[in-house]
Amino acid sequence: MSENHTTSHEGENHGSYGSYIVGFVLAVILTVASFAAVLSKAFSFWQTIAVLGVLAAVQMVVHLIFFLHMGVKSASQRQNLYAFIVTALMVAIVIIGYLFVLWDAQANMMPG
Amino acid sequence: MLGKLTLSAIPYDVPILVGTFIGVAVIGIAVLAAVTYFKKWGYLWREWLTTVDHKKLAIMYVILGLVMLVRGFADALMMRTQLALAYAGNPGYLPPHHYDQVFSAHGTIMIFFMAMVMMQALFNFVVPLQIGARDVAFPLINSISFYMTLVSAILINVSLFVGEFSNVGWLGYPPISELQFNPGVGVDYYIWSVQISGIGTLLTGMNFLTTIIKLRAPGMKWMHIPVFTWTAFFACIMILTTFPVLTVSMALLALDRYVGMHFFTNDGGGSVMLYLNLIWSWGHPEVYILILPAFGVFSEIAATFSGKPLFGYATMVIATGIITFLGSIVWVHHFFTMGSGADVNTFFGIMTMFIAVPTGVKIFNWLFTMYKGRVRFEGPMHWIVGFMITFSIGGMTGVMMAMPAADWVIHNSLFLVAHFHNVIIGGVFFGYVAGLSYWFPKAFGFKMRDVWGKWAFRFWFVGFYLSFIPLYAVGLEGMTRRMNHYDNPNWHPWLLVACVGVFVLAAGVACQVIQFVFAAFDAINKKPDAMDLTGDNWGSGRTLEWSIPSPVPHYNFARLPVIRGLDTFHIEKELGRPAPLTELEPIHMPKYSAVGPVLGACGLVIGFALVWHIWWAVVVGLVVAFITVVHRSANLDVDFYVPVEEIRADEEAFAKRLAAAKAAE
Repeated sequence: MSENHTTSHEGENHGSYGSYIVGFVLAVILTVASFAAVLSKAFSFWQTIAVLGVLAAVQMVVHLIFFLHMGVKSASQRQNLYAFIVTALMVAIVIIGYLFVLWDAQANMMPG
Repeated sequence: MLGKLTLSAIPYDVPILVGTFIGVAVIGIAVLAAVTYFKKWGYLWREWLTTVDHKKLAIMYVILGLVMLVRGFADALMMRTQLALAYAGNPGYLPPHHYDQVFSAHGTIMIFFMAMVMMQALFNFVVPLQIGARDVAFPLINSISFYMTLVSAILINVSLFVGEFSNVGWLGYPPISELQFNPGVGVDYYIWSVQISGIGTLLTGMNFLTTIIKLRAPGMKWMHIPVFTWTAFFACIMILTTFPVLTVSMALLALDRYVGMHFFTNDGGGSVMLYLNLIWSWGHPEVYILILPAFGVFSEIAATFSGKPLFGYATMVIATGIITFLGSIVWVHHFFTMGSGADVNTFFGIMTMFIAVPTGVKIFNWLFTMYKGRVRFEGPMHWIVGFMITFSIGGMTGVMMAMPAADWVIHNSLFLVAHFHNVIIGGVFFGYVAGLSYWFPKAFGFKMRDVWGKWAFRFWFVGFYLSFIPLYAVGLEGMTRRMNHYDNPNWHPWLLVACVGVFVLAAGVACQVIQFVFAAFDAINKKPDAMDLTGDNWGSGRTLEWSIPSPVPHYNFARLPVIRGLDTFHIEKELGRPAPLTELEPIHMPKYSAVGPVLGACGLVIGFALVWHIWWAVVVGLVVAFITVVHRSANLDVDFYVPVEEIRADEEAFAKRLAAAKAAE
């Protein structure tokens, strides 16, 4: 039956062989670039930190698109994207909110 | 061998507890003896305890919720009678240490084991039927959710007779809940029962979110989803985003208590304020998790009993979404007095006041649904009218407390207690009871006697005002919550009124019990006018669940319905049902499984053993649970097909009942 509840597998959101290879190669390049940025000593300390931060952020996007199947092409990719956005929003609310509240309490309650 | 557990943990020297234990034991043995006498153990195990059917799980959730309601209500009776007595030198009958456990248990039970349980009952029963699904997305996980909830409820009741319960309030604030100030096992019982039930709720949220997204009947677009299911959808989103926070805060508190860490201690760099932020950024969304499904119930009932479509369907959905978002950014209003500055308090105060806007939209939507409708004041409709009045008052006192300046005066007073009972009883509880009486005939195929439901409502409505309006008054006069005794002569008359009120509420509970007893009596005697033949018991059902027989066959829908718009069953009644396009086909269904009860038993052993530091039992529980999960994962024999003959026989029987009902008209 098509309305098979327990064992359905939709193909569309699971990516293809090609997309996994692309994702893997990109991930390897970004990882190697991170190591290179540190080992080559081409940058100053804070520049290295910044470069690593940027590379890490790009790495996350690569993982989200190629391995966690986020995107805008198919309905299930969009669902993954929405789920991620909601999660990110909630995490942002909680972390920014705690910093806001606790920093303020610290400033008001414990001067000096 | 038994960790901290010794014979001295059994409170055999406390007469109240011994009496309760004897009562519970007598009832328990009577039930077990009855099951044995009627030889129903096999039936119970095969048809109920191992079930993965969402409808049967819903019924078991309801039973659990009602039992815990009685338990929590007994705590409420004790508190109100204690405060009526304990005045001017009279110590009352509950010493402070016991009284502290009573109010902690009352709060914990009513939120986690009454309200959350009833909410999951409604999700389980209604959501798959409203969206035209044959079960939830993960039926076995649904069964595991139930068992996690059940065993944590058992754990909290075990604390009554073995050891003690938490004495620090329903949220276990440190530093009082830390080992230094609370070396007993009470807080540990609290931590582990909340933790285990939290797992169950998280799984439920995941399960129903997936169900609503993935398993809607063909043609059901997002804006065709009935409002109850929409509210369940948003509640599930909040469960998934906030229950992990609860899990983390309980885990950190457990680490403090078990391995001497310092997350929330006064010394060692801990921050109590971090705990407040953590627990309330779960706790505030939690109250919206509870109230949104109640709003959904009211929306369904208002439309059905007014004979009109719900006024402002789209605004109802949007308002629910806005409440979901705003509900996540207001948590600081629970501790304006913590010491943050004006900018923090102003932000959270204004956000809190904003929530009154979408909620007000909803109230007006229900009023306009009733306006110029053919309103029938049957049982469920009573609760919604009572709700609109009561909840509006509670909402207004809420906006009062959202002002940080006002909150500094009434923080932690009985004014606050009156406020949240006003919205939780007047909103959540009224909603769930209304839902229970609204969908009861769908679940069982027979009706409850409406007159007892109406009397239950009257007692609850009057009793609520008698019990809680006095608390507003004494709260404004400065009486703090959780007080064991007092000697202010101004408070005494108010607390006597509140004590009378709680006995009126008890009469309401009694009416509800009588209603269930009569319903069972009518069903056993097959009283003709108590039977629901058509499946559309109220005669004006609008959504899919009313289009199928009552009680619902285990596969729900013989043919998957085709959705033609919002309120699809109502459209079918107006335009006529389309001839079935397809022949009946075998239906693919999940098999019942013992995995749920086994994992539940493991959870109980692990929880109890963690409370008492019986480490070998923790390991045994974990190993058995692990083996069970691995065994289940390797088991491929998990499904079956319902044969066409069975479905056809059911369909023909239903057609006969429909014809008989039509002839009787």
